[in-house]
Amino acid sequence: MHRARHWFPTTVYSALVRDYYGSYVLVAVLFLIGGGIVAGGLAANRLLRPNRPTPEKLTTYECGIDPVGEGWAQSHVRYYVFTYLYVVFAVDAIFLFPWATIFSAAGYGALTLGEMFVFLGFLATGLLYAYKKGVLTWV
Amino acid sequence: MRDVVALALVTVAFLVLPLLIGQTEHKVMAHMQNRLGPMYAGGFHGWAQLIADGVKFAQKEDVVPERADRRIFLLAPGVALVPYLVVLAVIPVGPGQVAIDLSLGLFFALAVMGIGVIGSIMAGWASANKFSLLGGIRSAAQLVSYELPMVLAAASFAMAAGTLSLTGIVEEWRWYWLFWQAGAAAVFFVAGLAELRRPPFDMPIADSEIIFGPYTEYGGLRFAFFLLAEYAGILVLCALTTVLYLGGWKGPLLPDAAWTLIKVFALAFIVIWVRVSFPRMREDQLQRLAWVWLVPISLAQLALTGVVKVVTDL
Repeated sequence: MHRARHWFPTTVYSALVRDYYGSYVLVAVLFLIGGGIVAGGLAANRLLRPNRPTPEKLTTYECGIDPVGEGWAQSHVRYYVFTYLYVVFAVDAIFLFPWATIFSAAGYGALTLGEMFVFLGFLATGLLYAYKKGVLTWV
Repeated sequence: MRDVVALALVTVAFLVLPLLIGQTEHKVMAHMQNRLGPMYAGGFHGWAQLIADGVKFAQKEDVVPERADRRIFLLAPGVALVPYLVVLAVIPVGPGQVAIDLSLGLFFALAVMGIGVIGSIMAGWASANKFSLLGGIRSAAQLVSYELPMVLAAASFAMAAGTLSLTGIVEEWRWYWLFWQAGAAAVFFVAGLAELRRPPFDMPIADSEIIFGPYTEYGGLRFAFFLLAEYAGILVLCALTTVLYLGGWKGPLLPDAAWTLIKVFALAFIVIWVRVSFPRMREDQLQRLAWVWLVPISLAQLALTGVVKVVTDL
């Protein structure tokens, strides 16, 4: 025990941390590679392409006739209720992932299964409520 | 050293495989429609068509409309493309053959895949074009509706395997998953197609009504990046479905990576086939499919997965 206290933090723990963060360093490197591909392509493009802007060329494209009004018009976002539903359900769904990895572990069994049905029941009831309310039909 | 080689391989796969899928789409679509497709470029059945396209795109003028939100407009193609490269790195092609082996690989893949859609929402907003704005809003609507069934279906695979590691999921995979997890696989694949805005879920793009939606104002290389993102997205979706549902590298005789590639391309063929076979869905039909069919199916699948798992472990 005495010995364990000595080596645990320095070797095992630091190796764990190194592996864990090491893989995310690779993720960061890959984001940089991706950025490099995009930037490199565009840099090559800059050397190859012509650049002759004219006022006509820079107008907004709308069926070939001169654009009417602004592109950023106010419009009725008809699906905003879907967005609420999504936020509610997706936040719930996130909790499934840590649970999914251990729910069948020894000693849980029927108990977690019961819990799962409570969880699914909540989601299904919510969906049924939204359905009855007519939220799921496009206005 | 291993990391350098692995990342290099991922980058090469990211640059080559989407083009292969694109060329396959050219030819398969053409033959399904009694056409020949590209025949000239490169000589043999137009194999170099996409390379020729790339050369053309690289020489084209980069037009940014006067009214556009310039910085967001310029950034959007990169945001659409890069996430798929990153997801590709966490997908195993064989036992231990994965560039970045994350213990929560599935969760990471889902999270990063969602970023790609933001690129198209950014493009739709920043173009200051009515068609683009409509397309961008439709992309957003599609993302919120289809992300949920996709996440629930993915959770079912995680439950079946008892791990979030993609390598771990393939190791736990057994042949009876093909029946047991069929519902989750159908939901995952359909929702994935919708998230990629592939036909028949291409309402946000709808070239014949809103002129490619978010991409209306794009030309040249930036437009090409959006196209590449679409095919990279197909690659990622098919690879994830392979890993989750088709047992990844598992298969007789052939090497591991060969099995992974065969399964990925078989699924990519289905993606193309679906595009040729089904007409575009209307916006309300799209939303209805997600909330009335896919979400309930995925909830039922979660119940099935949970019961079977606990009962067989008792």
